[in-house]
Amino acid sequence: MQRKGKVTRELVLPSQLLGDTKKYKAGVGTFVEDGKIYAERLGILNIKDNVITVTPLRGKYEPKAGDVVVGIVIEVGAAVWMVDINAIYPAFLHINEVPWFVEVGNTSKFLNYGDVILAKVKSAGEPDKVQITLKDRGLHKINGGTLIETEPTKVPRIIGKNASMITALKRYTNCRIFVGRNGRIWADGTPEGIQKIERAIRLIEREAHTYGLTERVLALLKGE
Amino acid sequence: MSKKPEDLKLIDENGRRIDGRKPDELRPVKIKAGPLYRADGSCYIEWGNNKILAAVYGPKETLPRHEQHPLKAIVNARYNMASFSVEERKRPGPDRRSIEISKVVGEALEHIILVEKLPRATIDINIEVLDADAGTRCAGLTAAAVALADAGIPMRDIPVACSAGKVDGQVVLDLCKEEDNYGEADMPVAIAPRKKEILLLQMDGHLTPQEFDEALELAIKGCEIVSKLQKEALLEKYIKEVGRENE
Repeated sequence: MQRKGKVTRELVLPSQLLGDTKKYKAGVGTFVEDGKIYAERLGILNIKDNVITVTPLRGKYEPKAGDVVVGIVIEVGAAVWMVDINAIYPAFLHINEVPWFVEVGNTSKFLNYGDVILAKVKSAGEPDKVQITLKDRGLHKINGGTLIETEPTKVPRIIGKNASMITALKRYTNCRIFVGRNGRIWADGTPEGIQKIERAIRLIEREAHTYGLTERVLALLKGE
Repeated sequence: MSKKPEDLKLIDENGRRIDGRKPDELRPVKIKAGPLYRADGSCYIEWGNNKILAAVYGPKETLPRHEQHPLKAIVNARYNMASFSVEERKRPGPDRRSIEISKVVGEALEHIILVEKLPRATIDINIEVLDADAGTRCAGLTAAAVALADAGIPMRDIPVACSAGKVDGQVVLDLCKEEDNYGEADMPVAIAPRKKEILLLQMDGHLTPQEFDEALELAIKGCEIVSKLQKEALLEKYIKEVGRENE
């Protein structure tokens, strides 16, 4: 989600006329028909440098290179793992992209069905050929803890401005938290802390659009 | 069209219909976007006495894998009538009629979804008729269109459907149950309102070419009214989220 710069914010519906190709360029979330630009999905209109884009409000996670995501292994192949990252298609994790030395055919010794990993999107050119990697700082297989699922579009709110919300969650619950860009949140700590986090996340989900959300989340965290 | 009882008059001396409507008047339509929490997109519609829920799941990877289409998404529509939706209990499960409606509604919706942007994916559309009172395929398609937009699926237009027909020798808009049962013709029409493309057109009964043109024009007018309601329903749900972005 873009948060910087002067951009107009307007809700658009699919098939809404957004502009002319003579004046603007059609970006993500739009389509062109007879020289006119239309929205292809429900979202928020952004016009920046003469490029019209629509940021979706609903829908599956759309992988972008560099995103840190929480994935679940759903298939173990000879040289590759298939990982569900909450997108339309599962992502590929090749044996060259893990920090261990894996021999072909030996994959299930390292990661098996149902294992949860904190991974990074390596390339996401075509939507059905997403590559993820474990070879970077802080990426690893996750043991223990709890997974909380939310909508990918709510993730920026859960992190907050300059990570304010997530810092507050960490401070008041003494839990370790990872927020994946794909809407999966992993938390580990005391059962009470995890419960508190889940309640706070549901509050953020429900009231994401209201003012003074941070204060209310803080009240919830302090009050118990 | 079944045999009409002798004393039944579908249009009275003042030109009013059996439920008090004018010939070119719609039944009251109420649309709510996103009532279902678990679905990716959903819609509830009340169209006269019709009550219909539509749910959209996906896009998701097509399984089994050999059924994947490498260039486009597969749209699966399922129209189902609840056993309690009609006066006489209906045997549950798909029958000849609901299989046909699933097919025509699915094809109409596939035409406006940008399927080529979602290769190897599936979009499941479920239309559940809870209460039926003529024109369920139109109301179902209208609800499914809102559910698709609610699911954030890329589409070229928000399709909309409405029926027209002939009752007691007069062309009327949006037939109710009595009119459907004892009238002369019923014609459901679905359009893509932006370019007025016809996505679905069926007819039961008899119309002269002039009456057909008149009925089609009337149905398209009805579609345009419902199209506005669809957009209002979507805006009502999402306008709050824009407030969030403005913060």
